[in-house]
Amino acid sequence: MAAFLLRRLIQGGLVVLGVTFTVFVVTRIFGNPVDLMLPLSASPEQRAAFASELGLDRPLPVQFVQFAGELLRFDFGESTWQRRPAMEVVLERLPNSLLLIGAGLGLAIVLSLPAGILAAQRPGGILDRIVTGLSLVGLSMPQFWVGLLLIVLFAVTIPLLPTSGMGSPAHLVLPAVTLALVPFARLTLLVRSQMMEELNKPYIRTALARGLPHRRVLVGHALRNALIPFLTLAGWELVLALAGYTVVVETVFAWPGMGLVAIQALQRGDLFLVQAIVYVVAVLIVLVNILLDLVFKLVDPRIGLG
Amino acid sequence: MADSAARQAPSRRSRNGTRLRAFAAELGEDVPGLIGFLVLVGIVAMAIFAPLLAPHDPAAQSVLARLAPPAWLPRGNPAHLLGTDALGRDVLSRIIWGARATLLVGVAVVLLSGTFGVIVGLVAGYVGGRTDSILMRLVDIQVSFPGILLILLIVSIVGPSLTTIVVVLALTNWMIYARIVRGTVMSVRAAPYVEAAEIVGCGPARIILRHILPNLVSPLLTVAILEFTNVVLAEAAISFLGLGVQPPATSWGLDVASGRDYVYVAWWLVTFPGLAIAITVLSINLFANWVRVTTDPREREKRFGWSKTARRLAGRS
Repeated sequence: MAAFLLRRLIQGGLVVLGVTFTVFVVTRIFGNPVDLMLPLSASPEQRAAFASELGLDRPLPVQFVQFAGELLRFDFGESTWQRRPAMEVVLERLPNSLLLIGAGLGLAIVLSLPAGILAAQRPGGILDRIVTGLSLVGLSMPQFWVGLLLIVLFAVTIPLLPTSGMGSPAHLVLPAVTLALVPFARLTLLVRSQMMEELNKPYIRTALARGLPHRRVLVGHALRNALIPFLTLAGWELVLALAGYTVVVETVFAWPGMGLVAIQALQRGDLFLVQAIVYVVAVLIVLVNILLDLVFKLVDPRIGLG
Repeated sequence: MADSAARQAPSRRSRNGTRLRAFAAELGEDVPGLIGFLVLVGIVAMAIFAPLLAPHDPAAQSVLARLAPPAWLPRGNPAHLLGTDALGRDVLSRIIWGARATLLVGVAVVLLSGTFGVIVGLVAGYVGGRTDSILMRLVDIQVSFPGILLILLIVSIVGPSLTTIVVVLALTNWMIYARIVRGTVMSVRAAPYVEAAEIVGCGPARIILRHILPNLVSPLLTVAILEFTNVVLAEAAISFLGLGVQPPATSWGLDVASGRDYVYVAWWLVTFPGLAIAITVLSINLFANWVRVTTDPREREKRFGWSKTARRLAGRS
């Protein structure tokens, strides 16, 4: 157990190092932080002063060590846009993003299980065709477009739900539904195909022949075995949501989370804030992956930790 | 089933002709797959013949004709079938031209990332040992990168353009090919015919190209088609966020973004370009679904079910 955790932590550390290195190379070699952060009108003296303040006049390897050291201490410098520590901004917005992701993915998981199971009951039947068809359509629609269509529908046609910002629980409905659509579609298709595969296996026939209730065979036998791939995909959706869905969905609905701040910071050339967000998300993804491995172990005793 | 098909195949017809007929016959059995394929062909044709098909210049502005609704609505202008945007540009023409950016980015990214991923996978699977573990660790690491966020950061610093998107998307999408190729290579390498080739004295290049690569065609094809949809959606999202294709060039994602400010007064500006993306991705998905089901025997079985397969076999033989 301890050895397993240690190995995963080292691997996670490598991921974080890789992200750090990529961000460093992109910002310091392809781009010039001074140009990004100072206005065009800044004088050469101001530029030089700013560069030496950031340590940009030192050799690159020295800069990298300094850069990585700061990130390791979660010291991201001061946001040039908000004029306060970048980490403070991230910590303030992170809960909003987590709320949105939790609601969206929760919705997707709760709905995809019954939808997939029902579709697998009669492969090729009407219900199966409807569920599969809708899932494929859901997978094919760009999230930002779904969000905008919902806004058109709910702001123009039936003004029932608020379409931007955050406040009441009603504000959460449209962003959460938008975020849920793609994970729901992918998870449903997976549950369906996994259940179809499991239901074809001999142990199901045996269980039914022994006279066990249909529902119990379905949930207690087949679903249990289909759960590992389901959890793997759900974990992957969580990673995608952290690093991508939130940016798009929060932008469309002006949801004050990390994704929206990331876009606003990019538009304002606030490099430190963007770095902080990318870094925090990378660390979160590593933690999610380690946590998932532990959950797998709990669900399926066959999976070893060696 | 494969046996009976092979027996039925007439020997005098050329092999390619038979294959094409088999392809058409298989595709005909799956109506959604056929529709997807035909729509896809239509979209490709639309992109190629954009200058002939588009009724207007996609960049031509007209203050007088701005924000005209689609032609079938009251106040609609028959000259602008899908209406005009805030600058008076024809929505339909922009959609037709926008297909170029979408398909170009999709094809370029799939080719680039596919080539790179296949090379990494071949090397890792064929050489094995330490090289393999280093390369695969690299894949594991990059898979855990915060995708879109990192892409946005890179694009905003390097400067948004078509080339930047293609390169950045290619650099962030190669891992899946490497994984698949490595897995297949490792299992094929142990096969007797590869060992035989080695004993006969074939060099590594010949073994990889002649004996291993053909095994990869089917899995790679399916993955590449599905990746194409991911790339199309990613390009649309990045362009929507303002960091992708830049005006005056056209892209469906970009058009949705520019229509966003008028979402309350002109619903058609966000609806139609987005619909174009959705239809493209959906038709690729339908086609890919068919490719996957036809090339994977396990999927065939799952899909048709035992009884149906049995019935088909009984009816044919």
